[in-house]
Amino acid sequence: MNDITFELNHEQVTITADPSLRLLDVLRDRLHLTGAKEGCGEGECGACSVLINDQLANSCLVPLANVHKQRVTTIEGIATTKEGKLLQQAYSKEGAVQCGICTPGMMMASYALLKKHPHPTREQIQIGLSGNLCRCTGYNMIFRAIERAAKEGEGTW
Amino acid sequence: MNDISRSIPKLDSVPKAFGNERYVNDIRYENALYAKTLRSPHAKARILRRRYPELPAGYHIIDHTHVPGENVVNIIADDQPVFAADRVTYYQEPILLVIGPDKRVVLKLMKDIHIEYDIEVPQFEWTDSVVHYHFTKGNLAKVKEQADKVIRREYHSGYQEQLYIEPQGMIGYHDGKQVILEGSLQCPYYVKNALIRTLNCADDYVRVRQATVGGAFGGKEEFPSLIACQLAVAIEVIRKPIRLIYEREEDVESTTKRHPSHITMTAYVKDNEILGIQSEVGLDGGANIGLSGVVLSRALIATTGVYTIDHLDVTGDVYRTNTVPNGAFRGFGAPQMLFAVEMFMHHVAAELKVDALAFRQRYLAKQGDHTSTGGTFRDPIIMPEMLSRVLDESDYLNKRERYASPDSHRGIGMSWVLHGCGFTGSGEATHIKARVKLHKRTTDEVEILIAAVDMGQGVKTTMTKLVATILDVPMSQVIYDNPDTNFVPDSGPTVASRTMMIVGGLVARAARRLRDEWNAGEDQWIEERYVQPDYIKWDETTFHGDAYPAYSWGINIVEVEVDPATYEVTVLETWNIYDVGKAIDEQVILGQADGGQLQGLGLGYLEVMNHKQGVIQQRNVTDYIISTSVDTPPMHNYLMDNPYPLGPYGAKGAGELTLVGGAPAVALAIEQAIGKEIHEIPVTPERIMELMNDE
Ligand code: FES
Ligand code: FES
Repeated sequence: MNDITFELNHEQVTITADPSLRLLDVLRDRLHLTGAKEGCGEGECGACSVLINDQLANSCLVPLANVHKQRVTTIEGIATTKEGKLLQQAYSKEGAVQCGICTPGMMMASYALLKKHPHPTREQIQIGLSGNLCRCTGYNMIFRAIERAAKEGEGTW
Repeated sequence: MNDISRSIPKLDSVPKAFGNERYVNDIRYENALYAKTLRSPHAKARILRRRYPELPAGYHIIDHTHVPGENVVNIIADDQPVFAADRVTYYQEPILLVIGPDKRVVLKLMKDIHIEYDIEVPQFEWTDSVVHYHFTKGNLAKVKEQADKVIRREYHSGYQEQLYIEPQGMIGYHDGKQVILEGSLQCPYYVKNALIRTLNCADDYVRVRQATVGGAFGGKEEFPSLIACQLAVAIEVIRKPIRLIYEREEDVESTTKRHPSHITMTAYVKDNEILGIQSEVGLDGGANIGLSGVVLSRALIATTGVYTIDHLDVTGDVYRTNTVPNGAFRGFGAPQMLFAVEMFMHHVAAELKVDALAFRQRYLAKQGDHTSTGGTFRDPIIMPEMLSRVLDESDYLNKRERYASPDSHRGIGMSWVLHGCGFTGSGEATHIKARVKLHKRTTDEVEILIAAVDMGQGVKTTMTKLVATILDVPMSQVIYDNPDTNFVPDSGPTVASRTMMIVGGLVARAARRLRDEWNAGEDQWIEERYVQPDYIKWDETTFHGDAYPAYSWGINIVEVEVDPATYEVTVLETWNIYDVGKAIDEQVILGQADGGQLQGLGLGYLEVMNHKQGVIQQRNVTDYIISTSVDTPPMHNYLMDNPYPLGPYGAKGAGELTLVGGAPAVALAIEQAIGKEIHEIPVTPERIMELMNDE
């Protein structure tokens, strides 16, 4: 058991726990943030995506110890931002949400992508989402949602 | 009135995007216990003895001895036990649950359980036929004598895993009156009926609620009944909340998949005309029959695809092997058959040295033609218009000519498909007998009470829109919640592309009645029941008559490039056109089109799964490869209106149609790019290499 302190969605949290616990489990079971989902548990599907110091990461592969004194952002943290709302509206308008299990992770990947490339090409979008699997949508509507969010959010990203 | 097809944002897209939607794994009950399944390490064995460890307080082992009713998961045949009792028939078959508060303790207890087996020789060959069907049309024996040429080919397809991103799972508790289960499932009443049998209890003792489903594609049609029965037995004994949620590997190794198939087609030809066809279809059912017989019948009925052939002899078998049981997957037997028949029509044309497109056009079904089972295509068939549109959009003819040169390393392929809407045969009338209800509250809000599940395909949005449009009230006045068997009537399972056409049809009828009988401020109930149109006649034993009330139609065109050095296939672009009657929401159908096609293409060239001695070799997304964003081609989808008189606003089935043509279209494209006939999917680089080396 250790005390692990990190910034979560702009608030300081301290957790007393086994430092080898997966960040995903700590978020979901201890902090009740269930927006990050478990699809594979192996770092391959992206359903558990979060940002660590603004970098996209698969929280199923991150031991809690690794986020000590770091900055973690989850979908719950993005949801209240202007960028989050822009993305959500674009996803809704473009039909990019089906079963929705991949969607929070996709939103995180989209957010990270647009922060890096405010005017992404199709190829940049495809590469930016390549760590996030979706079995429902066939991805094209997600690509278009990101393009829409880039356009409608001109200047925001 | 607005055109109903005009798209609206999906009602659940906001909570889903922000992660607020509650999937089964997000449900938290105070003190819920953790459950883990102990599974067979053998493909076939007798269980001789069990030695269970001393259990610490609060820990439990639940096995077949605890089942109060029948140790059978109610599907069709009674061959899947809830818990294996004295024998196991496939690797990873469930034997018992270990349950307790701490996952680590549970996992440790699992290791201390000793089961002694008498290992038997497993069956992996396809020899033990457990379902056999045969039917004929016309008189094939006679045309065999007239034929001047016989053309025969064999086609093979492998496993396909649904790979919904949310693994299977269920959570439940006892509230003092009922066993209440909430889970990721497609068919609340399949689960409920299975529970009643396993618990041997009264109808109102069990309650099944659908949690938001993170993808299903048929994989959550029959399988959840197994999890539910196990969990319910445990809850009966322990009387505490329990979670039984699969991890990915466990899900992939032990749950149902698409049936591998072997299909032999033989054409009897005279003067370059097909007189008749014989087809023999074999499916690997796995260790129990489950839904395999129904899957087989859909495959057999699709035996001539979109073509009218007057003389047919069709046989099919489901083989029992000691492998993981196979089951429902979007398309339900049709993808394997349509792959075979689309390839075959091209291979026959090639052998006759005639143009494949013109050859196929000669046999394309027309309104009034007889189906493979001697039923009638009653409604207008608009494939010719669809064809000319999609040929134009894709520039198919020019590309087909250009890519004929082997140096291009490119190819373009086109499949023509149909999909029978709703249950096969008289299933709707005799087995399902769907009922739906609308409830108008005194607030004038209208509740839709149906058992149809939204698993991403948009039921919540389209049903609400349908009712709101008919009643001419705002969408916010119409309520659809995830089904709960305490409140919704049995409108049947969420399968077979039946939800909008059949259930939606009933809902629309109820809504029209409500509109006519509307009394503001009054509590009103409307119920509708399915009635089979009386011109639909189906004989289940001879496979004769109308197998489906209606058909949806589609054309898929796929363009590929094959790397001449690595044989890597790149899908460059696709063009697809569909007749689904009428889209209740255009964007919803286009979303089905994108997603269904990617799965269909995956079956054709990408998704490899096999077993070795009954052990599935691909266990996670690291080794079972599905399309990622990078593999996804631009997909151009077009919808044509062709309203079906009995569907709501003319809607027919859509969900499965978008998958079934993907595999043959991509295989035909690869065939052109490499200049070799293809008989087996998925067409992987290894398979292409074999074909290229095999001069
Ligand atoms: S659950 Fe973390 S990447 Fe799949
Ligand atoms: S929407 Fe279902 S997995 Fe992406």
